[in-house]
Amino acid sequence: MSAVAALWSTSIGKKAVMAVTGIALVGFVILHMAGNLKIYLGPEHFDAYARGLRALGEPILVHGQALWSMRLILLAAVVLHVVAAVQLTQASWAARPVAYTEKEAVAADYAARTMRWGGVIVLLFIVYHLLHFTVGVVGYAPGQFQEASVYRNVVNGFRVWYVSAFYVVAQAALGLHLYHGVWSMFQTLGMNARGNGFYRGLAVVAAVLVVVGNVSIPLAVLGGLVN
Amino acid sequence: MNLILKVWRQKGAGSPGRFVSYQATNVSPDMSFLEMLDVVNEGLIARGEAPIAFEHDCREGICGSCGFVINGVPHGPRRGTTVCQLHLRTFEDGDVLTLEPWRARAFPVLKDLVVDRAALDRIIQAGGFISAPTGSAPDANALLIPKDDAERAFDAAACIGCGACVAACPNASAMLFTAAKVSHLGLLPQGQPERWDRARDMVRAMDRELFGSCTNMRECEAACPKEISIAFIARLNRDLVKASFQPRRAAAAAGV
Amino acid sequence: MSTETAVRPREGALDARIPSGPIERMWERHRFEMKLVNPANRRKYTILVVGTGLAGGAGAASLGELGYDVKCFSYHDSPRRAHSIAAQGGINAAKNYRNDGDSVHRLFYDTVKGGDFRAREANVYRLAELSVNIIDQCVAQGVPFAREYGGLLDTRSFGGAQVSRTFYARGQTGQQLLLGAYHALERQIAAGTVRMFPRTEMLDLVVVDGRARGIVTRNLLTGAIEAHAGDAVVLATGGYANVFYLSTNAKASNATAIWRAHKRGALFANPCYTQIHPTCIPVSGEHQSKLTLMSESLRNDGRVWVPRRAGDTRPPGQIPEAERDYYLERKYPTFGNLAPRDIASRAAKEVCDQGRGVGPGGRGVYLDFADEIRRQGEDKIRERYGNLFDMYERITGENAYRVPMRIYPAAHYVMGGLWVDYDLMSTIPGLFVGGEANFSDHGANRLGASALMQGLADGYFILPNTLGDYLARVTPGGDDTRAAAFDAARRQVQDGIKRLLSINGSRSVDSFHRDLGRVMWELCGMARNDAGLRKALVEIPALREDFWKNVRVLESGEELNQSLEKAGRVADFLELGELLALDALQRTESCGAHFREESQTDDGEARRDDERFAYAAAWEHTGNLSQPRLHREPLVFEHVHLATRSYK
Repeated sequence: MSAVAALWSTSIGKKAVMAVTGIALVGFVILHMAGNLKIYLGPEHFDAYARGLRALGEPILVHGQALWSMRLILLAAVVLHVVAAVQLTQASWAARPVAYTEKEAVAADYAARTMRWGGVIVLLFIVYHLLHFTVGVVGYAPGQFQEASVYRNVVNGFRVWYVSAFYVVAQAALGLHLYHGVWSMFQTLGMNARGNGFYRGLAVVAAVLVVVGNVSIPLAVLGGLVN
Repeated sequence: MNLILKVWRQKGAGSPGRFVSYQATNVSPDMSFLEMLDVVNEGLIARGEAPIAFEHDCREGICGSCGFVINGVPHGPRRGTTVCQLHLRTFEDGDVLTLEPWRARAFPVLKDLVVDRAALDRIIQAGGFISAPTGSAPDANALLIPKDDAERAFDAAACIGCGACVAACPNASAMLFTAAKVSHLGLLPQGQPERWDRARDMVRAMDRELFGSCTNMRECEAACPKEISIAFIARLNRDLVKASFQPRRAAAAAGV
Repeated sequence: MSTETAVRPREGALDARIPSGPIERMWERHRFEMKLVNPANRRKYTILVVGTGLAGGAGAASLGELGYDVKCFSYHDSPRRAHSIAAQGGINAAKNYRNDGDSVHRLFYDTVKGGDFRAREANVYRLAELSVNIIDQCVAQGVPFAREYGGLLDTRSFGGAQVSRTFYARGQTGQQLLLGAYHALERQIAAGTVRMFPRTEMLDLVVVDGRARGIVTRNLLTGAIEAHAGDAVVLATGGYANVFYLSTNAKASNATAIWRAHKRGALFANPCYTQIHPTCIPVSGEHQSKLTLMSESLRNDGRVWVPRRAGDTRPPGQIPEAERDYYLERKYPTFGNLAPRDIASRAAKEVCDQGRGVGPGGRGVYLDFADEIRRQGEDKIRERYGNLFDMYERITGENAYRVPMRIYPAAHYVMGGLWVDYDLMSTIPGLFVGGEANFSDHGANRLGASALMQGLADGYFILPNTLGDYLARVTPGGDDTRAAAFDAARRQVQDGIKRLLSINGSRSVDSFHRDLGRVMWELCGMARNDAGLRKALVEIPALREDFWKNVRVLESGEELNQSLEKAGRVADFLELGELLALDALQRTESCGAHFREESQTDDGEARRDDERFAYAAAWEHTGNLSQPRLHREPLVFEHVHLATRSYK
């Protein structure tokens, strides 16, 4: 059995896979957030950034190749992350067929306890988000979505208050997921040399950065700061 | 003081169970929790009712026999304390306490508050030892072990095998138990030759026993009467990942 | 009184089969002279090991390693729960790592002297000799002993020893040693050489043609009564201190296995040698179910005192120095607070009898750390005893850094047990006994940190050798349990259970146990006298009779029934208690832990009578519990000269 297959066949190995794919996803989320902030520089910059993403790697790569490669890697990461999570969750649920009548959480915080359903919310959000800003089939009046005018799309999209509200809620879920997930990543990969506080700190920084950065955009749109 | 107990009663492994309420009247705050149950049981016997079965032995927090969930917390509210060393002064007069057995598929209820924890022994059988046949040892001081390593190994070795970590874990995972044993032996030089096989084999055994998987909730650490740290779980994770990239030893894992 | 007939010895002394030659070479020579079992034949021999503590666990694992077919039994859910796990202090070994003058001979000498010259020299010498191998073995298994910064093993001096020979693992030495043996045992279970029977209690021994050939057990979950055949039986089932009801033993610790073997013909030696440990947490009320030991090491830094005046109820802080009596320091200036267990225990009883005891009920003395906290700082004390102070706080709710601890003696360990010869074989061929269950090595008093040493010496090193010698002389008998003796034993066990369940009286098992404990503690406890013992000999049989009329055991025998388990054990304690009192009555001398008030010096110290009592008293069951037959094994001291112990 190869090492990776051996890993995947154990519960800890699946967790390690979740942690490694988690690193990729956290990295993406942070870069994505940083890119999003370009919206404050105005439509030219923002649309140029969007075009730039497609042109990434040229002329060695053909147009869109880097972006699609990244998309495929991310997709693979999401699939592995979710499949591992589903399998581990099934095993864990099966491990306690009779629930406690009364069970108190002594140490687990809200983020830890809501990890699974938070993950489901984040997953649903990703689907919506792709259909919304990438494909443009939800959240717009017919014809309103223009693939090349990314800045416009964002402003038009967030002007619908309940769409913005959903984004804010989803970001909160993402923040909690990151807060527990980033810390867990280190624990799961056994990187605990620097003491618990350090990794908790990293988790807080990652979660706060992503949530604040991303939430600021719908709020800025609704507040008229970005239009 | 007086307490009201809602106790899980279950006649046998296959039978259905239910909560039954009992009064513990005029009990002393200086009693241990189990002594209070002794008093309740004496009352039940006097009335011709079956006494509550619960496991216990040393009653000084080291044998690991005792343990049940009190108001949703394994071993009750006091940290670092087994239920046998929990005293009633921890509670208020008139408290209503729910007593429930450890709940996990790997720990089937045998009767009332007694569960079967043989799964933990089977995890040890898979590799929780150093192969040192009797009589084969070199002089004890031939091997120098830094004090800090010995102390950390001890921190892990303090596990009493009570199963509270499994009971507390929202996933009914046995990671803290397994991690403690793997770390105890893996932190010592004597444990190095079998280190990778031990990690691999014990984790496989743990998975076979149908425990859940760790989601880093830290409930185990909070419930552990010996306050064993989840840092050992991180260590096990690391060892397991490394072990997956190590060749297996030629000899059987548990052989003579 | 029937004791006159009871103490009359049968002709012919017991033969301990001590090898000849100089004591230093005895074990080595004996091993050479022993017959060996061909490795290929070992698996044809079945050995039944009962108990999984240090002696049983280590023994079963080692025998399994050798290739025998081992079946191992425990009433616990896991072998790891045996009561060896609770030993705190440490384990002695004559390593002389400290260069402080220790040697095998000195450990031997100290143990014989500490046992007040009532142990067999040859056995003790072997124990001291093997002590060094035990530490090696345990380190190899990964026992995390305390270490120095340089990486070498740390030791401390313990229980009045003048050399530093006690190896320890925080205050949980027993736990770590037992885990070592448990790991070794689980390894053999995985390898298939040992078959483990957890939650299985031995209820009878099967003797066929004069040899121990099997046991009868009850499955504690299903109630199934089963017979197991073997070529030899090892009992490593611990001690019977729970005959006092309140003791530091685990609640389930019992004498049933050795007692039923005794009733099948094994002689029971020195039942009156029961050790009372001086540093336990006092009884807090009627509900008390067990007593908790505080490690003796506390006496290294704590000072023991009571008020000078009887009935002084002021809080300790308000009693000025001049009105305190540091009675151990006063009476034993050389050893002071480190006086041996029996002496410290009796001294505590004496001051409490004078009305100077402290705490609720007046059965307690102070163990005060104030001076050392002042001298060394609270941190130093916390570092050394932190876990003990925490434990004290959990149990009493008091902070011992601020107020002195209260301690009182409690039954802790028994030196008595089944009589065994040099090979640890009882008077029934094929029945071997190890650890606390035998009587062999501690004489009338056990030194601190010697119980773990003995259990492991028996289990790892002695039994695996001596069993081989025995087995080499018999043909393997297979697992046939059809012999009539098996059926008879099985039926007897079933009848006993049926009888217990059918009485349906008015009193719980625990209430009888409590009553027995009270009689034993008051009349056969720390100090004994003729009148008290005779009274006990009336009260115990009366209580036993009442038990068999009035005990109430609910539920059935075909399920997990903890009352039924207890009932069987208490029934045996009710019989053993009588033998204990009879033994104490016949031994009119004081020695070690056995203190007869009639035999003391003018200043109240124990007075031994070597002329009349330099023997081990081995009792034979005659069918009449009140009239056992006494056999004597004379004790000869050729290497340690008989002397009066003095700790002044």
